[in-house]
Amino acid sequence: MSSVAVTAQTAGPGAARAAAKRRRRVPLGGSTRRAGRLTYFLLGAVLLISIFPLYYTLLLGSSDSVSIAQNPIPQWLPDSSLFAQFQTVIASDSINFWKALWNSTLIGVFSSLSVVFFSTLAGYSFAKLNFRGRGPLLVFVIATMAVPVQLGIIPLYILMSEIGWYGKVQAVIVPGLVTAFGVFWMTQYLSEALPYELIEAARVDGASMFRTFWSVAMPAALPAAAMLGLFQFVQQWTNYFWPSIILTSQNPTLPLVVQSLRDNYFVDYSLVMGGVFLVTLPLLVMFFFVGRQLVAGIMAGAVKG
Amino acid sequence: MALMSPTRPAHSRGNPDRPSRRIGFSQRLGRLDVKVSPYLYISPFFLLFAVVGLFPLGYTAVVSVYEWNLLGGQGDFVGMQNYVDVLQQPTFWKSVGNTFSIFLLSSVPQVIMAITIAALLDQNLRAATFWRMGVLVPFIVAPVAISMIFGRLFADQYGFINELIGLVGLEPIAWHGDRLASHVAIATMVNYRWTGYNTLIFLAAMQAVPRDLYEAAVIDGAGRVRQFFSVTVPQIRATIIFVVITSTVGGMQIFDEVRMYDAGGLGGPNRDWMTTVVYLYDVAWGNQKNFGRAAAVAWLLFLLIVMIGMVNFLVTQRISTAGPKQSKVSRKHTKRLLAEARAAGAPGGVRMPPTPPGAPAGSGIPSPPPTPPARPSTGSPTTNSGEDLR
Repeated sequence: MSSVAVTAQTAGPGAARAAAKRRRRVPLGGSTRRAGRLTYFLLGAVLLISIFPLYYTLLLGSSDSVSIAQNPIPQWLPDSSLFAQFQTVIASDSINFWKALWNSTLIGVFSSLSVVFFSTLAGYSFAKLNFRGRGPLLVFVIATMAVPVQLGIIPLYILMSEIGWYGKVQAVIVPGLVTAFGVFWMTQYLSEALPYELIEAARVDGASMFRTFWSVAMPAALPAAAMLGLFQFVQQWTNYFWPSIILTSQNPTLPLVVQSLRDNYFVDYSLVMGGVFLVTLPLLVMFFFVGRQLVAGIMAGAVKG
Repeated sequence: MALMSPTRPAHSRGNPDRPSRRIGFSQRLGRLDVKVSPYLYISPFFLLFAVVGLFPLGYTAVVSVYEWNLLGGQGDFVGMQNYVDVLQQPTFWKSVGNTFSIFLLSSVPQVIMAITIAALLDQNLRAATFWRMGVLVPFIVAPVAISMIFGRLFADQYGFINELIGLVGLEPIAWHGDRLASHVAIATMVNYRWTGYNTLIFLAAMQAVPRDLYEAAVIDGAGRVRQFFSVTVPQIRATIIFVVITSTVGGMQIFDEVRMYDAGGLGGPNRDWMTTVVYLYDVAWGNQKNFGRAAAVAWLLFLLIVMIGMVNFLVTQRISTAGPKQSKVSRKHTKRLLAEARAAGAPGGVRMPPTPPGAPAGSGIPSPPPTPPARPSTGSPTTNSGEDLR
């Protein structure tokens, strides 16, 4: 069986990637226009606009609320007083920063893993297995993406309160265990990247259905699964609407920390901005390492969607 | 295997039932595995969607016809009273107006900007990945954080944006006082977060456009701008529709940005920038704590989204059928012209398909037609090919 898995790893995604590379190389050949100076200038402006608000946060965090209230740009460079603000935020009793960081990490990791597993499972089934009602059920999955499920929030709240999950992280984790987008995404990917021959080979070797999935489909799905997990992680990490309703400031996530900062220190702009940057920092660091994959994932999903 | 099989009956004779039953059982198990597994694998999604998606949406309708409070729970059946109450509230209508205004201010410029930036990125760039990552940075900032930051940038007094405006010589704007100005500020936050994301989606679509179309356009003498409007935009039409639809569903549910824009988070003292979802939140968990009425708001908003979705669908349907149909007609037209030209050329016997030597004369070989258009069903190969193409 392990040999099957190895084959899957080399022939499945590898082949797809090589094919994509080939496809890209041919039409792009030499016919693309070379970018001129104006392009770089405009892109530089765009980059400046996307970075500036974060930099501005650092500036305000390094300043004090008096000069902020009187000066649009209190200073041009951040300084070490920023760290004092960080310390105040972390030490504050009304903020619960470490708890929020832990909860956000827990929710993000758990939800990503779960979405990846269940979406790959369902995507494998939709893409490669034959069963009655496959077409209509897949259409149903896609249709649910257009339904604004957030509007069912009141019964969801009643439900969670009834089972005693108010204020607990599982109330945020469970609704995000598997998403329609994930199922659709993995179906698209696996229908291209996983050859039927590999599945048949595993079946002939006597693997059960689940063993076939685990040893053949899962390795082949890995590149798309990584992107899906990343995407889900960012979504959960920045999610505010539902956590703000079902969680409390005693047991918050990081976006709720922003709310606590506003509620407790609204006029202390410097402290609030320091806290806002602190909340943003973990994803910024993550983006530094995996931003490339996130870009590739969004672009790959766009072509198929 | 073939050698073994004859001996089998002899074995099983001594032990009549067991081997066959065992095979039968594991076979049946295997067949069950094959039959049930596909459903088992997709079931988590459907179960979860039923519990946290479908059921709450449906049950919202039930809650909406009861008197139902956050603290008191379910009360008396009141029929459509909650809907009547909501529709009579001026704040509800104001929130609907705000939602539309913010939605328009965020979606239209966003799509235009995203396409423009994507066109910039869709060139032979140095450090392409760096620029792509650069536009995506805002996407990883939580909307609540963006709202706090932009709340300062758009501060009424000594705010950064007002300072910029002052440099041009304009009066400072009351971003937290004027209704339209606050909508612009909130729409800016939405645009900030999502423009880069949509840029990448457009960029991916642009890179799928066949490059020879551009070559053809260049040969035809089209400049860059003309290429953009005559080749790029028509080619990525489907993606534009996709982005517009997704941003509609998102734009109708703006919440985070409003909640963090000021100290109260409920759209200002006059509810000048309260969206409908924030109104829903306020009715259910804010001032009124009235679940019945909030459920009515949810259903009304749902209907609104469905209605806009249908309008969207009809408009895009028209747009998407208008383009290809035209080209299909023209293609058919050219094919027909081609077929006619071929028919005209046929008499010379140049384009005759090879016919089997012994074929009956009437089946494949047309008698040279006297008139060029060989349309009538003489069974000529030219008209056949014309039909195939259609």
